[in-house]
Amino acid sequence: MIPYLGGRLVTLAVTLFAAAAAVFLILDVLPGDPAALILGVNARPDTLAALHHAMGLDRPAAWRFLAWLGGMLAGDFGDSFTYHVPIAGLIADRVGVSLPLALLAIALSTAIAIPTGVFAAAQRGKSADTLAMATAQIGVAVPNFWLGLLLILVFSVKLAWLPASGFPGWAGGLWPGLRALLLPAVALALPQAAILARVTRSAMLETMGEDYMRTALAKGLSRATALWRHAVPNALIPVVTILGLQFSFLLAGTIIIENVFTLPGLGRLVFQAIAGRDLIVVQDLVVLLAGSVIVVNFLVDIAYVLIDPRLRARGGP
Amino acid sequence: MRRHAAMAAGGAISAVMLAISLLALVWTPYKPTAIDIAHRLAPPSAAHWLGTDPLGRDVFSMLIAGGHNSLAVAVVAVGAGILAGVPLGLLAGRRGGVVDDLLMRGADLMFAFPALLTAVIITALAGPGALAAALAIGIFNVPVFARLTRGATRALGQRDFVRAAMLLGRHELAIARVHILPNLAALLVVQASIQFALAILAEAGLSYVGLGTQPPAPSWGRMLNDAQTYIFTTPRLAIFPGLAIMAAVLGLNLLGDGLRDLLDPRLRSLRD
Repeated sequence: MIPYLGGRLVTLAVTLFAAAAAVFLILDVLPGDPAALILGVNARPDTLAALHHAMGLDRPAAWRFLAWLGGMLAGDFGDSFTYHVPIAGLIADRVGVSLPLALLAIALSTAIAIPTGVFAAAQRGKSADTLAMATAQIGVAVPNFWLGLLLILVFSVKLAWLPASGFPGWAGGLWPGLRALLLPAVALALPQAAILARVTRSAMLETMGEDYMRTALAKGLSRATALWRHAVPNALIPVVTILGLQFSFLLAGTIIIENVFTLPGLGRLVFQAIAGRDLIVVQDLVVLLAGSVIVVNFLVDIAYVLIDPRLRARGGP
Repeated sequence: MRRHAAMAAGGAISAVMLAISLLALVWTPYKPTAIDIAHRLAPPSAAHWLGTDPLGRDVFSMLIAGGHNSLAVAVVAVGAGILAGVPLGLLAGRRGGVVDDLLMRGADLMFAFPALLTAVIITALAGPGALAAALAIGIFNVPVFARLTRGATRALGQRDFVRAAMLLGRHELAIARVHILPNLAALLVVQASIQFALAILAEAGLSYVGLGTQPPAPSWGRMLNDAQTYIFTTPRLAIFPGLAIMAAVLGLNLLGDGLRDLLDPRLRSLRD
């Protein structure tokens, strides 16, 4: 376990470094002069020179890269060009919206998908299974931002139960914040749940055919007990894999959904940064988001070992 | 039998979508960009089947022209993924060793950048557009096809006919062309149909947030974005483009699932 974990941690560090280097190369070195890109064609020479100096562009690229990376590791993300404030603060404020939204969506989608998938597998071939899988097939095809619009249409426009946009912040208590995140989380979670339910069902069908299931039933366990105690834990491995692979789609979905519901999260910040040509903010956010995908996939690899005692004994997959 | 019916339905939906998109090249009921303020927000009628938008543009014409644009982006994106991914996967699968390790770690790295992030980078540097969206989705497709090709190539490399060709001293390129690629074709077709569906979803998402097809060129995502302003007064504007996306993706997914089941015994032995 320990050597396996050590090896994975080294791979994690190298991958994160490579991702940061790639983003830096594309956004900072490739444009030739990022300061000119930020200021546009009509920039005055002295403004340009000042920004050059402020951005450290009069230094070699390798020095800038290491300074940027070192700063980020120390929590200094640089200063925003449009807002003239530290980017770390801008990001911290918005993580408070995006992270709860993503977590809520993951929780909702697994809470819907795993029971549905298990149920459909147990009812294989019956009408309940057909209905569940037909619904899932449609769910996979629904774009989450359109589902968001439809939810606004029903729950905000027609029923007026939930807000169509905006976020009151967490200062006024948990409930007003959660209320604002409910519709966007459902919009993110349902298409995700459709994918997960299909994976859960097929993983369940595979484990249900295994010898240990026959043994469990033969020793007198009820079908339900055998299902939940033996088939479900074994079926969880492919489900966790897909959950990890889906994380990058969830991230992209969160950024888009924040725009549907005008939530002040990282997604809004990214688009404001593009509109304001705030390249440093774009660079920081892209690395942060790609980094989170890399970290989540690392955690999924570790989770296998925790879920599956066989891998633990072997010292890794 | 039910599986065949689902696949036939998927094939039919995909074929109709394709036909309408091609038709949009030469004919739409109205010019999709023609503004007609006098007839703005008109309800569906014989003249305007799906009504008009806030600028008086014909929604049906915009819808089929938007389908054409979305299809074009998906073709470029999936095509780019195959053209770059398959040779890289062949190289990694046949060479093995350090080349394989480097290419696969590169693929892992590319997976950390969903199309949306790549589109953000491209837009920050060069501005938004349909080409930027196609490129961003295409870049994400490269590691998808590279990994698939590598896994299948390695599995095929163990087969007698490939070993025999190697013993006969056939050139690597000839082995790839004659013995490996034809056996990969089915696998690639199935994956392409799935990536095609994902590309249509991604294109709609990107143009919804303004990183894809730019106005006045019609696109499904853009239409949904425009519709949002009028959701309290004219909610039907938000319905039709979404239905179009859903139908296209559903059709392609049914087709892909059906093809996978049809070809499964052959495909299963090729997967990692």
